[in-house]
Amino acid sequence: MKVSIKAGLVAAIAFAGFAVTGSTLADEGLPEGVTAVKATPPSKDHPLDEILSGWTFRTPETQALQQDDFENPGYLWVERGEALWSEVDGSAGKACASCHNDAADSMKGVGAEMPKWDAKLNRPLTMEQRINNCRTENMGAKEWKWESTQMLSMTSYVRNQSRGMPVNVQADGPMASWVAKGKEVYYTRVGQLDMSCANCHEANYGKYIRADFLSQGHSNGFPTYRLKWQKIGSLHRRFKGCMKNIRATPYKVGGDEFVALEVYLAQRGKGLQVEAPAVRN
Amino acid sequence: MKQANTPIAICAGLACLFAATTASADAVTPDKVMFDDLEVKTSLTGAPGDAKAGKKWFANRKLGNCLACHVNKDLANQPFHGEVGPPMDGAGDRYTQEQLRGILVDSKAVFGPDTIMPGFYRVDPGARTAKKFKGKTILSGEQIEDIIAYVMTLKE
Ligand code: HEC
Ligand code: HEC
Repeated sequence: MKVSIKAGLVAAIAFAGFAVTGSTLADEGLPEGVTAVKATPPSKDHPLDEILSGWTFRTPETQALQQDDFENPGYLWVERGEALWSEVDGSAGKACASCHNDAADSMKGVGAEMPKWDAKLNRPLTMEQRINNCRTENMGAKEWKWESTQMLSMTSYVRNQSRGMPVNVQADGPMASWVAKGKEVYYTRVGQLDMSCANCHEANYGKYIRADFLSQGHSNGFPTYRLKWQKIGSLHRRFKGCMKNIRATPYKVGGDEFVALEVYLAQRGKGLQVEAPAVRN
Repeated sequence: MKQANTPIAICAGLACLFAATTASADAVTPDKVMFDDLEVKTSLTGAPGDAKAGKKWFANRKLGNCLACHVNKDLANQPFHGEVGPPMDGAGDRYTQEQLRGILVDSKAVFGPDTIMPGFYRVDPGARTAKKFKGKTILSGEQIEDIIAYVMTLKE
């Protein structure tokens, strides 16, 4: 039977019945604070020939919103985070600034290395977990909920201090087993539609799936302002959305599977520059 | 087509209470589908499909959502055709009904394990299937037969 039509052919077929808008994969212009939206894979056995930021796949209109911090709606959360940075909270009477002083110095580079190994807890912590750890242990304050305005503001603010720096997560040593676990999650087919992350973001990036133009699904832009959400959102929220779309029960936000997936994804996109807060549709 | 009798007959008599909701209303249940050299020879309902209805299921985002991945000139009035799979134009020339049934029921049995195309008549193929979809196929046998009839009309 004749079932051997190659996928490569498909992309070449422009169909005149409807307008194909969207990215041209051109890289004129860059997001504010960033000098490149591409990276070379760190190793030969990397699944991608070229690592491309999600920015590359967005329309010029969406890109324009990230080319200027005054236009970028995600910047509101950065500013809220900046205010929270020196706000005293909790029984110890401390603010983040009490221990970390000026975030522009103390937090520079931190966001590029998340999730980071915590020797005391013997596990990696995401930015959210690290922040809550400081709140409960050092401030005597209550944890912030993962997707709360405060948490999103603080993660946006702290990640923003590493903007333009290449993602550089630790992947060896004690992190290796987390990378492996995340890789397993990435390639496992789930849900009624029986798909893995790789089906969309590795095998089909640069193509339309209905109205959506598929990117490589990297994490360098997070927290990301999504036009669809009308607000900024965490990486785990994005994971949840992708899993729901394939009719799977998502893993728990902040749970070990998603943390491992975050570690793996950072490792997969190593070298891409941090764009937080990115703007996506 | 002797298996077709029971459910179809009940359906006719009782205003079709269950037919649309569960795959078990179909004559050939998902576990009973027989592949024969990448083809499925017998209709899942024991009857031919309805191409007009099939066109609707093909486009519907909650059902076939075939347009998510396949460009189809015949549905040019619908926005947003995906390009993850080959265009459907002329698919009715390239395939027989039996081949299409095989592709639709279990694309992986035909294209191999790496295909992104879902199998539309399989129960819980992936891990962690959401509660709402557990134990259910994406399409009913009847909808699949309708889509087959529709795709057969796509001639170049
Ligand atoms: C059915 C296709 C599909 C599958 C499967 C899928 N995604 Fe996505 N994903 C999308 C679409 C569509 C978007 C929005 C457009 C884009 O950025 O690619 C997206 C966006 C993303 C983004 C945001 C990228 C950015 O630059 O903002 C990340 C991260 C992501 N996906 C990760 C994942 C992970 C991890 C999995 C597996 C758990 C997964 N996706 C599974 C379709 C999918
Ligand atoms: C998520 C993507 C996706 C969806 C949804 C999808 N398909 Fe496909 N389909 C593919 C891909 C990809 C191929 C090519 C085989 C391969 O490379 O795996 C294909 C191949 C086919 C072929 C063979 C085409 C040819 O010319 O060789 C037919 C027929 C087909 N699909 C019909 C359908 C119908 C009908 C539906 C909806 C009920 C549907 N598909 C839904 C991705 C999809």
